[in-house]
Amino acid sequence: MAEIAYWEAIRRAHDEELANDRMVIAMGEDIGVAGGTYKATSGLYQKYGPDRIIDTPISENSYTGIGIGASMAGMRPIIEIMSINFALLALDTLINAAAKIRYMSGGRASCPIVMRTPGGTAHQLAAQHSARLARMFMSTPGLRVVTPRGPLDAYGMLKSAVRCNDPVIIIEHESMYNMRGEVPDQETFRPLEGAEIVRVGTDVTLIGYNYSVHLCLAAAEKLAAMGVSAEVLDLRALRPIDRDTIRRSVEKTHKVVIAEEDEATVGVGSEIISIIIEECFFALDTQPVRVHAADVPVPYNRQMEKAAIPNADDVLAAALKVLGRV
Amino acid sequence: MNVSDQKRLLREMIFYRRFEERSFEAYMERKIGGFLHLYSGQEAVATGVLEMARCGHDYVITGYRDHVHAMKAGAPAREVMAELYGKVTGSSRGRGGSMHIFDPTVNFMGGYALVGQPFPLAAGLALACKHKGTDQIAICFLGDGANNQGTFHETLNMASLWKLPVLFVCENNLYAIGTRIDRSSAVTDQYKRVGAYNIPSSQHDGQDIDVVMTAARDAIAHVRGGKGPYFIEFMTYRQRGHSMSDSNAYRSKEEERKWLERDPINIYGDRLKKAKVLTDADIAAMEKAVLDEIENEIVRFAEESPEPRVEDLNLYCLDDHPDPRWIGPLSQGDHNG
Repeated sequence: MAEIAYWEAIRRAHDEELANDRMVIAMGEDIGVAGGTYKATSGLYQKYGPDRIIDTPISENSYTGIGIGASMAGMRPIIEIMSINFALLALDTLINAAAKIRYMSGGRASCPIVMRTPGGTAHQLAAQHSARLARMFMSTPGLRVVTPRGPLDAYGMLKSAVRCNDPVIIIEHESMYNMRGEVPDQETFRPLEGAEIVRVGTDVTLIGYNYSVHLCLAAAEKLAAMGVSAEVLDLRALRPIDRDTIRRSVEKTHKVVIAEEDEATVGVGSEIISIIIEECFFALDTQPVRVHAADVPVPYNRQMEKAAIPNADDVLAAALKVLGRV
Repeated sequence: MNVSDQKRLLREMIFYRRFEERSFEAYMERKIGGFLHLYSGQEAVATGVLEMARCGHDYVITGYRDHVHAMKAGAPAREVMAELYGKVTGSSRGRGGSMHIFDPTVNFMGGYALVGQPFPLAAGLALACKHKGTDQIAICFLGDGANNQGTFHETLNMASLWKLPVLFVCENNLYAIGTRIDRSSAVTDQYKRVGAYNIPSSQHDGQDIDVVMTAARDAIAHVRGGKGPYFIEFMTYRQRGHSMSDSNAYRSKEEERKWLERDPINIYGDRLKKAKVLTDADIAAMEKAVLDEIENEIVRFAEESPEPRVEDLNLYCLDDHPDPRWIGPLSQGDHNG
């Protein structure tokens, strides 16, 4: 078991899957000769060549469409989009084509692509490089959407996504690529469905996904120091979503905070609260609280950016509120 | 081309025309719903190009005016009609309808309703052919209107850059729905727009199937020979409106009359008569046989086929039989808590 960075975990998954199956290719802007903006494909161009590590022009909609077309003929493309903001340009091929082809062909065609992209605010990248957009993909039937919070899932979920027969959207985060964690030395697959209890607790459930799991974990530490036992739940997969694990945790703690870096409106938190109301309304002691981004485009100014995006103290404050401590 | 192939080609075009007209009748009887885009008048293009391709081996993809392309590519006509009826025996099991005919068993990879969307999908199919090292090619049929989408430019660039084995067939019927080409395209000769991407291209009469076949044969030889993509433009005309909801008010009667005189079936039928391959009586008998086949086999099959079961609504959204190794759920031991 070695401790590796998130980007190294993604690179290792690419390397293993490229070695395993000649039908696996990677495509995206600057992923080959330049090694990838976040190094997720570094060295692979030299190892697998330009036909399998494909540097694309800046044409998100069409290179994603080319990956989708190739997947319909038996290939397994891993498509990198440099920022989730740019994925908006590829929504036609992702949502109108990849997500619908299996259904509208009556199950006769399929698009086993993987689309990886970082979504999230990082360091003053301003409005057009800071979008999250998870909720948009989450609301689209025909897709799988996963949000690995650390190196183990980043590695194991990418490997599963390549093998899976459905189009899989993997939402990473700019602030997580250098985060380190343990990944087994032997080949490991992590399932594309199922929420995970990453910290067991009894007094309150803190629900996060992607980067916001780390805000929940930091808040749980502070709560522990105050004598509160917080359970932290990582959704891992936004589509399909694991209703059972959410219900079981709420039935245990009776209090819920949902932390999302996205805006709140028609968002992940809204969906989780709906699920809780449908599954276990009477288990709730008090109304759930959402921690989320301000309802504005992300500003450039450092102080304003910090104010727009939730942090661990915001999660802590929300937890204290549902606990009736404020 | 030998005499029996010539007769077969004429019969195919007559069949496609009657198929479309019969589907129009069924639409008026409300047995077919949604949008219905008919191919009448353009038959020589799909029939001629795909006659020169290796159907079932090469990949074919197109837009929403897709019935004839699907059938010529090898999709059974009765399954195409059953799909228009929304039946479970249809090409797409009743889930797609007129605009989304699929038959991957013959490598017909679908009709798509987003104008220009098939450009990159076709290039992707071609990328797969090249990667596997087969002699397959991908053939993408789209109208002139699609060339004003970004996907046209983006895809032509990549297809040329990567020398992909893809043939782009532009069916220039002069109208993007109801907007005439000189009002929507700064360059009306579509084949000229391709020069910027270093792709060879040419423009031909799309009403004369012999012209279509000769041009397509050369273009396909170029693509299959590993020389990269080719863009071929055929001048043609749809005899009906864009779809059933089209008033057709944007075209002059004079223009319509002029193009009706160049009906592809009449052009080819007259040529075969002049060459003594067929007589008027032969063609009349052919027409009757086609009508009988459409009524007694194609339409009957569609009408008598069952509807899909409503309880199967959620099928085909994702893989219905996924491998649990990749999907999960997480076992208890996987939780890090």
